[in-house]
Amino acid sequence: MSDLFSKFDPLIQQREALLSTGVTDPFGLVMERVISPTVAMCNGRETILLGTYNYMGMTFDPDVIAAGKQALDDFGSGTTGSRVLNGTYAGHRAVEEALKEFYGMGHAMVFSTGYQANLGIISTIAGKGDYIVLDIDSHASIWDGCKMGDAEVVPFRHNDIEAMEKRLKRIPEGAGKLVVLEGVYSMMGDIAPLRAMIRVAKDNGAMVLVDEAHSMGFIGPNGRGVAEDQGVLDEVDFVIGTFSKSVGTVGGFCVSNHPKFEIMRLVCRPYVFTASLPPSVVATAATSIRKLMHAGDKRAHLWENSRTLHGGLKALGFQLGTDEPQSAIISVLMPDLERGAAMWEALLMEGLYVNLARPPATPAGMTLLRCSLCAEHTAEQVETIIGRFERAGKIAGIL
Amino acid sequence: MDRAATADRIAALIAPFNKKGVEITEASTFAGDLEFDSLTVMDFVAAIEDEFDIIISMNQQAEIETYGQLVDAVVKLRG
Repeated sequence: MSDLFSKFDPLIQQREALLSTGVTDPFGLVMERVISPTVAMCNGRETILLGTYNYMGMTFDPDVIAAGKQALDDFGSGTTGSRVLNGTYAGHRAVEEALKEFYGMGHAMVFSTGYQANLGIISTIAGKGDYIVLDIDSHASIWDGCKMGDAEVVPFRHNDIEAMEKRLKRIPEGAGKLVVLEGVYSMMGDIAPLRAMIRVAKDNGAMVLVDEAHSMGFIGPNGRGVAEDQGVLDEVDFVIGTFSKSVGTVGGFCVSNHPKFEIMRLVCRPYVFTASLPPSVVATAATSIRKLMHAGDKRAHLWENSRTLHGGLKALGFQLGTDEPQSAIISVLMPDLERGAAMWEALLMEGLYVNLARPPATPAGMTLLRCSLCAEHTAEQVETIIGRFERAGKIAGIL
Repeated sequence: MDRAATADRIAALIAPFNKKGVEITEASTFAGDLEFDSLTVMDFVAAIEDEFDIIISMNQQAEIETYGQLVDAVVKLRG
C-alpha cells in the first residue's frame, strides 16, 4: 500500500528542521484570553495584536456584542439549515439589507465564509467555454473558485494592465469573460490600479469581480473599498467581501446590481449545500456594518496608524512591501524562513503578535512578517510597536 | 509555419529561462529537467503567448509537461 501522505514529506521535513532549532511554532499560537481588539494574553504574556485583520476594531463594540446576545436569546445558537431551506431567519435578511445600503447596490447574498463567497460566485458564473482572466497574486479562495468551475483560466502578472489587456484581446470572439481583481492584495498590502484595469476590462467586453475583503470599512469615502476610492464602484459587476475582517465576525458576501443576480441563490452550490450563519453572527454583522457607515473618524485614525508604522519601520531600516503605505497592511520582508521565524519569535517575546507568511501563500517565494493595523491601536501603542520591532530586529540579526 | 520552425522559435524563447543550460529534447520536462517554478512558468508562458499571439490557459498548461508537447500545443493553437 502506498502512503497517500508521502506527498507531504518535504513539508514535514522542512517543519521538523525549523522546529529543531528550538524556535516557537509560528503556526501553533494560542490566545489564552482576548482583552480587546488590540491586546490578548499569549503564553501568559500580555501581547499587542498586530496581525488580526480586525481593521476597525469592531469585535468588542458594545452595540455589536449586545445585538449578538439578543439574537442568541431570541433565535437560538444555530439555524441547522441551508439558506434555501430552513436557514434564512429575519437576521439573514437584515444583514443583506445592511449590505445593500452600505454599498448602494441592488442585491446582496451572504455566505457562511468569505472563502465560500469567492468559491461559489466564481465557479458558478464562469462556466464551460468562458474565460477567467485573473491576477497571479490572487487569494487562494479565488484560485479554488477557478479550479472548481469549468472555465478556461488565464492569469497575468500582478497589477500589469498591459498583460491583462493582451490576454483579453486574444480570447475567442463570443466567449464569456470574467476579470477577477482584488482591491488590496493582502500579502504585500498594495492596492490595484482598478480605474485603469476596469476600463480595459469593460472595453474588451468582460464582466468584473473585485474582492474588497481587505478594504471594506476603511478605504474609500464611505469605506466601500478601493473601487469606490478610485471612483469606479459603479463599473464593478460583483463585489466580494467578508465579515471576518473590518466587520469583526465571520461570513462572506457578494453584492451586485446585476438584474438577474437573485438566481444565484438557487444555482450556487457553496451557498445552497451548507448551513447558514448562526443568528448571533448575522446580528453582530448587521450592527457592525451599519456602524461602519458612519466611521469616518476611525478611518482617519487608522490611516494615521498605518502611516506612522510604515514610516517608523522604514526609518529603522526594514525592507517593506510598499514604498508608501497603501492600506492597513504593512508587510516586512524577511531574508528567509529561518530568520523570519526567529524574528517572529523575538517579537512574540517582546509582546507583539504579527503574521508570519511564507510560500505558497506569498508571492515570489518570500517570507513576510505581515502587520495589520487596527483603528483601535492608540498612537502610543504604535510607538511601542516600533520600539519592539527595533529590539527584536537586533536580537534576530535582521537590523 | 511548420512544426520545425515553431520548435526553433520556442527553443529560442526557452534559452533565457534555461539557467542551467540543460540540453533540450522532445522529452525534456519543464518541472523536472528545467526545474521551472510557478513564477518561471508564468513568465515563460507569457513569452510564448506574446510570440505566437495565442492563449495557453492554465487548463491547457496542465496537459503540457514536455517540450515536445508544448511545440504540438502551439502548432495546434495557431491552427
